[in-house]
Amino acid sequence: MNDLFNSFMTGPDENGRFGDFGGRFVSETLMPLILALEEQYEHAKTDETFWAEMHDLWTHYVGRPSPLYHAERLTEKLGGAKIYLKRDELNHTGAHKINNVLGQIILARRMGKTRIIAETGAGQHGVATATVCAKFGLKCVVYMGAHDVERQAPNVFRMKLLGAEVIPVTSGRGTLKDAMNDALRDWVTNVDDTFYCIGTVAGPHPYPAMVRDFQSIIGKEAKEQMMAAEGRLPDTLIAAIGGGSNAMGLFFPFLDDKDVNIIGVEAGGKGVNAKMEHCASLTGGRPGVLHGNRTYLLQDDDGQILEGFSISAGLDYPGIGPEHAWLHEIGRAQYVSITDVEALEAFQLCCDMEGIIPALEPSHALAHVIKIAPTLPKDHLIIMNMCGRGDKDIFTVAKALGFEMGDFA
Amino acid sequence: MSKHSFIIDHHGGAAVFLCTQCEPEAQLYVHARHFLDNALAPLQVVMDIRDNSDGRQAIERSLPNDRTDREGMMTRIDDKFATLQAAGKKAFVTYIMAGDTDYDTSLEVMRGLPAAGVDVIELGLPFTDPVADGQTIQLAGQRALDAGQTLKKTLAMAKTFREDDTTTPIVIMGYYNPIYSMGVDKFLTAAVDAGVDGLIIVDLPPEEDAELCLPAKEVGINFIRLATPTTDAKRLPKVIENTSGFIYYVSMNGITGTATAQVNAVAPEVTRIKQATDLPVVIGFGVKTPEAAKTFADLGDGVVVGSAIVERIGRGDAPADVLAFVKTLADAAHS
Ligand SMILES: Cc1ncc(COP(=O)(O)O)c(C=O)c1O
Repeated sequence: MNDLFNSFMTGPDENGRFGDFGGRFVSETLMPLILALEEQYEHAKTDETFWAEMHDLWTHYVGRPSPLYHAERLTEKLGGAKIYLKRDELNHTGAHKINNVLGQIILARRMGKTRIIAETGAGQHGVATATVCAKFGLKCVVYMGAHDVERQAPNVFRMKLLGAEVIPVTSGRGTLKDAMNDALRDWVTNVDDTFYCIGTVAGPHPYPAMVRDFQSIIGKEAKEQMMAAEGRLPDTLIAAIGGGSNAMGLFFPFLDDKDVNIIGVEAGGKGVNAKMEHCASLTGGRPGVLHGNRTYLLQDDDGQILEGFSISAGLDYPGIGPEHAWLHEIGRAQYVSITDVEALEAFQLCCDMEGIIPALEPSHALAHVIKIAPTLPKDHLIIMNMCGRGDKDIFTVAKALGFEMGDFA
Repeated sequence: MSKHSFIIDHHGGAAVFLCTQCEPEAQLYVHARHFLDNALAPLQVVMDIRDNSDGRQAIERSLPNDRTDREGMMTRIDDKFATLQAAGKKAFVTYIMAGDTDYDTSLEVMRGLPAAGVDVIELGLPFTDPVADGQTIQLAGQRALDAGQTLKKTLAMAKTFREDDTTTPIVIMGYYNPIYSMGVDKFLTAAVDAGVDGLIIVDLPPEEDAELCLPAKEVGINFIRLATPTTDAKRLPKVIENTSGFIYYVSMNGITGTATAQVNAVAPEVTRIKQATDLPVVIGFGVKTPEAAKTFADLGDGVVVGSAIVERIGRGDAPADVLAFVKTLADAAHS
């Protein structure tokens, strides 16, 4: 432990780089803002009162720690590895997103910002941001792709109930990438009072590191819980990746535990092929610069960003956090992809066997568990990050399975 | 104008450029790390030489030896500002999107800009995700991409323009990813070949100078930086440090083509920047009318108009009508 020369946990460097990835690729207008945020965060990191406030909110507002749950029937059915689910879908607001939002909003308050903006794909980050803003009496504006507004309608209404203004973004294909573009445009326009609360481990430094640190509570708890349950570390970690925040949160505390296999699951959409109807940046993309950082991106030969495709709004993003790009290149983590069809099957199996309606995002992770668990011995311990619940997805799933909601009347 | 073709060879710590066509044979020795690194085998570069200047001088200008030597070097942009200053005039700078509404239309507009009174041309490089731009330029980029515009075609457009205009500086303005995707070395070689003089790459702040700014300086291309209302006194020296050609002062916090620039906000900022640098300061963002062009040109050393022109191209105005509008802006800025 703590061998700095051989540690995977020391990144990023002072320029916000993880190897060649990350950085601060933003316009001059935003540079002073991200430097001010970095300074604030560096201070908070070692400030006990900051962490005391975080833990208090995590405990009493979010409901942490989330359980580590042995999925007994699923394990039995698959007939191999012993499967544990890290139940972050039980958090207040229904996903891991709030872990990070609380940290950023506390920083925003310390910086005297009164207006919070956010981008959202599935709407979970938007709902978490709207929630925490309501709690602290802050103005909240959420950018959401028009296509996502449609397919995640329940979350749009939740945000409105919580007092947020939801702005549908019609540029591009109207998904997460476009929402992030407009959030950045808002930020350069409203520099004085506005704090940009990014929902994943992407964007310019310090966001990837900061969001990772806030989400790492997932992995820290999981490690302790696994030690308590089994007396040893898990063998394999599996998490779904949109931008990669729930995955980084689970993975980070285990990076230096060399015997722990780490697997990130990207959205394979209709299949990772030449048509690019997927969101598997690492499997099907190459390095580029977008949204403030260098990372793997889906792009054409001219460096134009491609739209990607996934049934899951939360994974429908053509990039991935820079730390994942680095972990991929150095081989510390493995990245695979799961198609829409496979994710839908996993979604249903989870409802059936465990009485848990998962979000479509972790359904991708579960689909990979379903693939590999049968091939592994019974004493192989898997932790899968059940990072969100599926209430928001029931309309999408109904449609994909050929149901009309009205049919049940 | 004539093309000179050079064989580059090694000579101790220097590279020697031998022109294959000149009489007597033009030779130029340069400590060109940039070329040496790549010139493991002799390779050929083609360069533009100005009509009325002696070949040797021009070569020295477009191929700086190294960074220290570059400081004394004049680029087409420096020449232009020097000429304007001598005449007591402000620079009128325009932005158009390459390939909008298609390649031929934008080339036609570009070719007409100098005659309409434009001193420096910012040639927009289309990108799918232009986060610093408002709707007018977002849509222009989309039209250009839909019409098949690429970085390669944008460089080809600059090169074609250079065939009959050797004095109007061309500044490529856009975002980093298409350049990164092509490869910085490959891009810079092509940009020098196309007669590009400067770059404004919005998402490359001083913190990322090693990416493109420093390599561009090494090949004699100006890297023009944006200074903004958020660039405070502490940060300004960092912004100025590796900037050359001119400083582009962004008149407001925001994106292109939305709000209108405000004189009382801009004036003190320009004064502040001019106290910190000898570089010309050009003001842009939110300048839409001839009156505003004059007002803001007078505050600094020049003014940029973009969205107001792009909007006319976008709504289908004929190039001649677009250029007539540009002329009213130029006349005002120069008055
Ligand atoms: C439940 C859930 N999981 C995963 C994601 C993807 O984000 P990330 O990869 O940052 O965890 C989202 C995003 O909206 C989500 O709502």
